[in-house]
Amino acid sequence: MSLTGLFLITFLIVHCYINAQIFWNDGGKSFDELAHFMGTNVVIRTIEIGLFAFLILHIVQGLMLWAKNRAKRSSKYAVKAGNVNSKWYSRSMGLLGTLILIFLVVHIGMFWAPNRTAQTFGDGELPLYDMMRDEFQHPGIVALYLFGCISLAWHLLHGFYSAFQTLGLAMHKYKMMIKNIGIGFSIIVPLIFALMPIAFYFGWIQ
Amino acid sequence: MEHYNMSLTLKVWRQKNNKEQGKFETYSVKDISSEMSFLEMFDVLNEQLIAEQKEPIAFDHDCREGICGMCSMVINGRPHGPWHHTTTCQLHMREYKNGDTIVVEPFRADAFPVIKDLAVDRTAFDRIIQAGGYVSVNTGNAVDANSIPIEKHSADEAFASAACIGCGACVAACPNASAMLFTSAKVSHLAMLPQGAPERKTRVVDMVEQMDKEGFGGCTNIGACEAECPKGISLENIARLNREYMGAMLDGGSQNAV
Ligand code: HEM
Ligand code: SF4
Ligand code: FES
Repeated sequence: MSLTGLFLITFLIVHCYINAQIFWNDGGKSFDELAHFMGTNVVIRTIEIGLFAFLILHIVQGLMLWAKNRAKRSSKYAVKAGNVNSKWYSRSMGLLGTLILIFLVVHIGMFWAPNRTAQTFGDGELPLYDMMRDEFQHPGIVALYLFGCISLAWHLLHGFYSAFQTLGLAMHKYKMMIKNIGIGFSIIVPLIFALMPIAFYFGWIQ
Repeated sequence: MEHYNMSLTLKVWRQKNNKEQGKFETYSVKDISSEMSFLEMFDVLNEQLIAEQKEPIAFDHDCREGICGMCSMVINGRPHGPWHHTTTCQLHMREYKNGDTIVVEPFRADAFPVIKDLAVDRTAFDRIIQAGGYVSVNTGNAVDANSIPIEKHSADEAFASAACIGCGACVAACPNASAMLFTSAKVSHLAMLPQGAPERKTRVVDMVEQMDKEGFGGCTNIGACEAECPKGISLENIARLNREYMGAMLDGGSQNAV
């Protein structure tokens, strides 16, 4: 969980950096350049296979852990402590992960899958920047992306710290540091992602 | 604080044994002093039940001074009740006011089967200790306590971990019914002392293996255990256990580690 989770976090950083190129508002020039590199470079395409493998591994491990842990208390409490002794999102990682997964299926179906199909069987890469601009004119799609970003933020708010704790690193002076970096990361990265559909929708970038 | 008396409604879990289904029974108690402990209030209720020729409620207790860890009860959803760093026996009735309803349940976890009513079987913890929570020493006279110098910081941290009384509130509080806080406290206090060093690697591997065998859940770092632990055992112990465990496994696991 922790290793796959940290790998996915690394992916998020790269993904966020590349997509943030749209904010140059240069008609997608900077973005398309990097996207072209990422979509065609052999090394990156190999790492991409690893990314999917790790994503699936993370999901399978997560759901198995969730199912296993659920089965350890067959007789449930009548009164639940709820948020008194723990945070709701730390208890809802399986649910939050599933929400992210639902978003991911739509998201991958929107950009990645058509692009790879066109690359392999069609006339080459698709104009991703123009596709983004078009898709994000629909309020429904913008709403879905915001929903995905919010789920991700809550998932990371527990997941970031949790990964370091699982690896035995959240100790002594590092504990608060990791917690705080985790909070910062969980707010900033999903926020930058969320600003992308918003900026296109309101025409801040063309 | 001013003394007062109160009447309460209690909803208590009654269960004949591990095989039968349990259910809540509702009882009323009167003239409960605000200076009684929670267990003394239960004594009053049990006297009342005995006088009515009913079966008294089985509940665990021993020292009644917050050190033995026997007094397992989940009170309104909280193991050992609402007070921070407090066992059930040290919870006092001044927490409650006249007319309150209190729900009392056993520690619930499949690894802690109910023996009767509120008493649960926590021998799984004993077996985790037996798997490695000890140091092997030669018999004979007790060695002078200061014969091995121990750095103050390590001694303090080891002492803080050794404060675990094995009550099981961490398991009761954990949504996964995980025993990681308990096991990590027991692994930690020996891992930080020179006396624990020779068996350091086998200890952690064997104790974790026993913990899994007992049917506790997996830790997902939720932290309800730390919040409810009457002895303030820190989550850092779990980080330390993870570290010890990874170190031992990289070194070949239990068999080759010695
Ligand atoms: C961009 C996507 C994702 C990222 C960056 C991510 C990241 C993380 C991280 C860092 C952890 C903590 C690991 C640990 O405690 O050892 C975690 C835990 C978890 N993840 Fe994800 N995750 C993602 C997607 C998903 C998806 C799609 C699912 C499932 C459908 C999922 C399910 C879980 C579960 C159940 C846990 C719980 C383990 C725990 O509480 O520690 N995650 N995730
Ligand atoms: S870690 Fe705390 S809650 Fe768990 S058994 Fe030890 S004293 Fe009790
Ligand atoms: S009865 Fe010993 S700790 Fe409560």
